Amino acid sequence: MDILAFLVDGLLIGFVYGIAAMGLTLIWGVMNVINLSHGAIIALGMFGIYLLFSLFGVNPYIGVVLVALAGLITGMLIYAIAIHRVIDAPHLSTLLATFAVNMIIIGLGTSAFSTSPRNVDVALGSIEMGPVAFPATRAVAAVASVLVTGALYYFLYRTTLGKYIRAVTDNRAAAELMGIPSARILALSFGLGTMLAAIAGGLIATFFPFTILSGATYELKSFVICVLGGVGNPVGALVGGLILGSLEGVIPAFMPTSWVPVLEFILFVVILLVRPTGLLGRKK
Amino acid sequence: MKYFRRFLLIALFGVLVFGTIFSAQAQDRTVVIGFTASQSGRYNVESTRQINGLNLWLNQVNEAGGIILSDGTVITFNTVFYDDESNTDRVQELYTRLATDDNADFLISPYSSGLTDASAIIAEQYGKIMITTGAASDSTYQKGYSLVFQTYTPASRYLTGALDLLASLDDTVENIAIVHENDKFSTDVSTALNDYAIAMGFNVVLFEGYDSGTTDFAPFINKIQDAAPDAVLGGGHFQDGSTFARQMHEKDLDVKFVALLVAPPEPNFAELGESAIGVIGPSQWEPLAQIDEAAAEAAGMEFYGPSGEEFVTAYMEAYEEEPSYHAAGGYVAGLLLQRAIEDADSLDTQAVKEALDALDLLTFFGHIQFDITPEQHGLQIGHSMMYIQWQGMADALEKDIVWPPEAVTADALYPLNGGE
Repeated sequence: MDILAFLVDGLLIGFVYGIAAMGLTLIWGVMNVINLSHGAIIALGMFGIYLLFSLFGVNPYIGVVLVALAGLITGMLIYAIAIHRVIDAPHLSTLLATFAVNMIIIGLGTSAFSTSPRNVDVALGSIEMGPVAFPATRAVAAVASVLVTGALYYFLYRTTLGKYIRAVTDNRAAAELMGIPSARILALSFGLGTMLAAIAGGLIATFFPFTILSGATYELKSFVICVLGGVGNPVGALVGGLILGSLEGVIPAFMPTSWVPVLEFILFVVILLVRPTGLLGRKK
Repeated sequence: MKYFRRFLLIALFGVLVFGTIFSAQAQDRTVVIGFTASQSGRYNVESTRQINGLNLWLNQVNEAGGIILSDGTVITFNTVFYDDESNTDRVQELYTRLATDDNADFLISPYSSGLTDASAIIAEQYGKIMITTGAASDSTYQKGYSLVFQTYTPASRYLTGALDLLASLDDTVENIAIVHENDKFSTDVSTALNDYAIAMGFNVVLFEGYDSGTTDFAPFINKIQDAAPDAVLGGGHFQDGSTFARQMHEKDLDVKFVALLVAPPEPNFAELGESAIGVIGPSQWEPLAQIDEAAAEAAGMEFYGPSGEEFVTAYMEAYEEEPSYHAAGGYVAGLLLQRAIEDADSLDTQAVKEALDALDLLTFFGHIQFDITPEQHGLQIGHSMMYIQWQGMADALEKDIVWPPEAVTADALYPLNGGE
């Protein structure tokens, strides 16, 4: 048994999990909002690529850029319409607001596309490296994930807007006193979070068939990764994604695949008990 | 004379009044058929097609004037249905409502074995006949029910024909892998397949399930590669089956034969392009299979209902797409109910049940006969699966029937990967 093949497959998918989780962790960390429409946005990203590819023949990787922009704008609109009014209300209000957005997207999506699986036929062949062979689409998605993580890190730590976001994350009242327009920054943060979810969806669509319901799986994984990597930390999300991907890759080598979610959630509980701030989360 | 005229007028009036009352009673009866449809959730596509088929039958029979019983009663049909959201809990609640509040005369099952199993107990509990379609698990019919009748070939015979095909193509194959979705239907099919494979002398090198909703099969495919089988059989439903087929192709899995449940016969499977080529799938029915009166005559059986060609034409006119076997199953469920009411010459549950028990005929969907033993009453014993394979070039794929021999439209493409 070549364990390396199992590990490489897991790591490659882990990069994409990381991007999906980054969107959730950004919104959670900055706004203290658990975005229950995250999975639906991932599914919209998948359908964005599908429509661009099947209707206009747009290359899926160029399509990801367009889907990212659409995700940013959609996220800012969702914030303005559904979140802004309840941002200071108890947690249950924001949970319900994002859940409502989720149900609206799923309902409209089911009506428009049904739950029939769709497929974006990207044929890049497979890459062989010694004993390991893996689809090139996954390698491209992994590289894209690293680039997006780098760009996000640069944005958050090297640009004024990024500094504003971190300032609002640390102390919104103090940031407002310093003249930072917190409402706009929160809208931008929500937009960035949904943009990352849409990118993840777009990349996943290049190698897995999907339906409008497919985002739920990645939303659940994103929660686990957020806890694993540390809420609000993009790099933590990527590391968490890689850990989760590796587990999903390697566990089936030793035991039935049905054990994968069991062990994942055991890890989830252990991290919550032993290190509630996550592996790379800030200590309170 | 004056009194005689009066008497005649009164008598005539009486005859008219009573005649009108009695003829109204004998001429008009709308039968309510109750069911749930998965208008949302994971079974949306298959369920929608199933209901399309049922509605086509209903419209046709009503437009043709309904069923006329020997006493002159004209039976027409109406439906009452709810969205079950592809959810077992909703199914039990909704079928109870159909049986009680809506007082449905007959029931049609929801799509999928799991939902049907949940609804069958309600049908039996409330004494309603249920024709099941879109549900292949054997176990539903092994619980002592007497009013539940299966349209589909049961799970225990779902994939066994694929092994017969494999054995006919290559008698040197020994090692096979059986991998399946961990749901009721797929597990039933795979367990029966495993028993059949062992009985045929195959060596099952991997028998393992994967969770419903699995999207990444790469680790699983690595495991199959390590077990080095010649053939992979199993699968589950459309989403996982199509994902699995695509990833086996992307990872260049070195096997000679792949047969998967549910997904391959669906027209959308061709969207996979190269990944679809060579993949075999069992189908309850195919538009290619032209079963008609001539076929029935050749088989020495009675034929009932439209021919395959007539059904395909009517369905395409109504829904502007080629019917899948889910649609054909929905249609034939209504057709069997129609035939049973005609044979029973009544709407009485017991009489219709006895008529269904006695059915043994050929329809465009295939041979229909129910097991009437107490051990597995209602189980389908007449119908058999067909096996299709996608052949041709990636951008011009065509679906052919490759098994059983009497229905073959092309030789099977074997081995996959050109024999590497």
